[in-house]
Amino acid sequence: MIEIRNLSRLYGGLAVVDDVSLTVDKGQLLVLVGTSGSGKTTLLRMINRLVEPSAGRVLIEGVDTATLPPHLLRRRIGYAIQGHGLFPHRTVAQNIATVPRLLGWPRAQVAARVDELLDLFQLDPAAFRDRMPHQLSGGQAQRVGVARALAAKPDLLLMDEPFGALDPLIRAKAQADLKEIQRRLGTTLILVTHDMAEAVALGDRIAVMDRGRLLQDDTPARILTDPATPFVRDLIGTADRALRLLSLIPVAAIAVPGKAQGAPIAPDASLRDALAECLWSGREALPVEGGGIVTLDALRAQASQR
Amino acid sequence: MIGRILLALAGLVLLAFLIAPAPFAPLFQPFTRNGAPAIYAQTSLLSLTLSHLAIVAAAVAASTVIGLTLAILVTRRAGREFLPLARTVTAVGQTFPPVAVLALAVPVLGFGTGPTLVALFLYGLLPVFENALAGLTGQPPAVTEAARGMGLTPRQRLWQIDLPLALPLLLAGMRLTAVISLGTATIGSTIAARTLGEVIIAGLLSSNTAFVLQGGLVVGILAVLIHHGFQALESRARRRMGLE
Repeated sequence: MIEIRNLSRLYGGLAVVDDVSLTVDKGQLLVLVGTSGSGKTTLLRMINRLVEPSAGRVLIEGVDTATLPPHLLRRRIGYAIQGHGLFPHRTVAQNIATVPRLLGWPRAQVAARVDELLDLFQLDPAAFRDRMPHQLSGGQAQRVGVARALAAKPDLLLMDEPFGALDPLIRAKAQADLKEIQRRLGTTLILVTHDMAEAVALGDRIAVMDRGRLLQDDTPARILTDPATPFVRDLIGTADRALRLLSLIPVAAIAVPGKAQGAPIAPDASLRDALAECLWSGREALPVEGGGIVTLDALRAQASQR
Repeated sequence: MIGRILLALAGLVLLAFLIAPAPFAPLFQPFTRNGAPAIYAQTSLLSLTLSHLAIVAAAVAASTVIGLTLAILVTRRAGREFLPLARTVTAVGQTFPPVAVLALAVPVLGFGTGPTLVALFLYGLLPVFENALAGLTGQPPAVTEAARGMGLTPRQRLWQIDLPLALPLLLAGMRLTAVISLGTATIGSTIAARTLGEVIIAGLLSSNTAFVLQGGLVVGILAVLIHHGFQALESRARRRMGLE
């Protein structure tokens, strides 16, 4: 569990992060959203003390991070950044092995861990182990960057715009993969982005920041349906918030008994997919795989402001 | 490829000439007058060349050690305020003509190799220092950020990240220094340092163009070979990082 208590950072008397308090539970995925200059990155970098707080405390599992030497603290916390920051003179395997080697893991254990992670990120160890970073595509380099951050099995992972340098198609896949891996490993993850769509797609919780202050800290659904301030509403973008809301809910949640024509839809598909399918095929209801149907009326009810 | 063959050929011819200069005498005969010898024979050309190279190597090594150390010091947090001072010192070393350094050093260090080493060392400091500085400061911000975020200590960052990444630029600085020193070392012979300058000066004093040509050609070919040697090391280091 991460507790951020009244954290502030001043630069020349100006508060870049202003009295922010947040708690992230174990295994949770929190997304920090804000425009550039909102203080979200500074807040993230205060957690592993790349920036020292001006005031306030960060507690990880009850331990005040200020009491630990910064480099030892950072070896316990995974860190992945935009543009991956891979070391260009080291192979993929050496890059991933960075923190385990700093921690003095035995050689065989490091090698096994590298292969395990390459497998996890769908990169064939035999083909990728000895490649240099410049021989990787953008998507591959990004995955190696995240693999490196996870190498020493940290309980906490910090990510700063990890998908910022990827093109949209690869980005959607990378997001889905990350969420899946985070679920499987049970890692607590704090991710910074300026992209509300990314925040809604990934977050268990979304914290919205503006000018150093925390405006709202809530579930994606609550952020969409009940924005705390006009700024949060603007950030969501009113045009497609109904669709974003639908994208959060699986079909199984509103399926009702019944029969419908045509190709069935998967129970874990989102309502947004179901709506798109209804509109595209001109149907009033879709059968759900494994029984039941989802109706257009039910979709409409879910999407409208309650 | 053709360039490489030419280089290898030049190297072989040079080696043959240094080991057994006599067969090359007919080539230089047209440049002599009044039956003067065509090949410099006062001292063995090979031993002069080896001594010349040793002086240059020692000077480049000293410039590299001091230049790199200075660059490391002024890029650490504690040394940052000394950057302007280090820049001034190395720039003065480059501005001061080696001949003047030789003249000033002789009263202190006497004749011979000592003053030559000092002059070459001072002259070679700037290229190494400035290139090392550029290499240590010009790294991608994401790499520095990642290294800190992974938990590398400042010393680990220096040895494992900063220095390896600065290597291509450092090698380029050493290449400049080596080539400059190789040429400049010839004037060391004016104060009795054992370099190839001895051959050139002997030729100038006795109006024997053949001697001047020999000395000049040996120094010239050595400079080209050393230049390309360093360049090969540089591009290997750069290719490894995907910079080429």
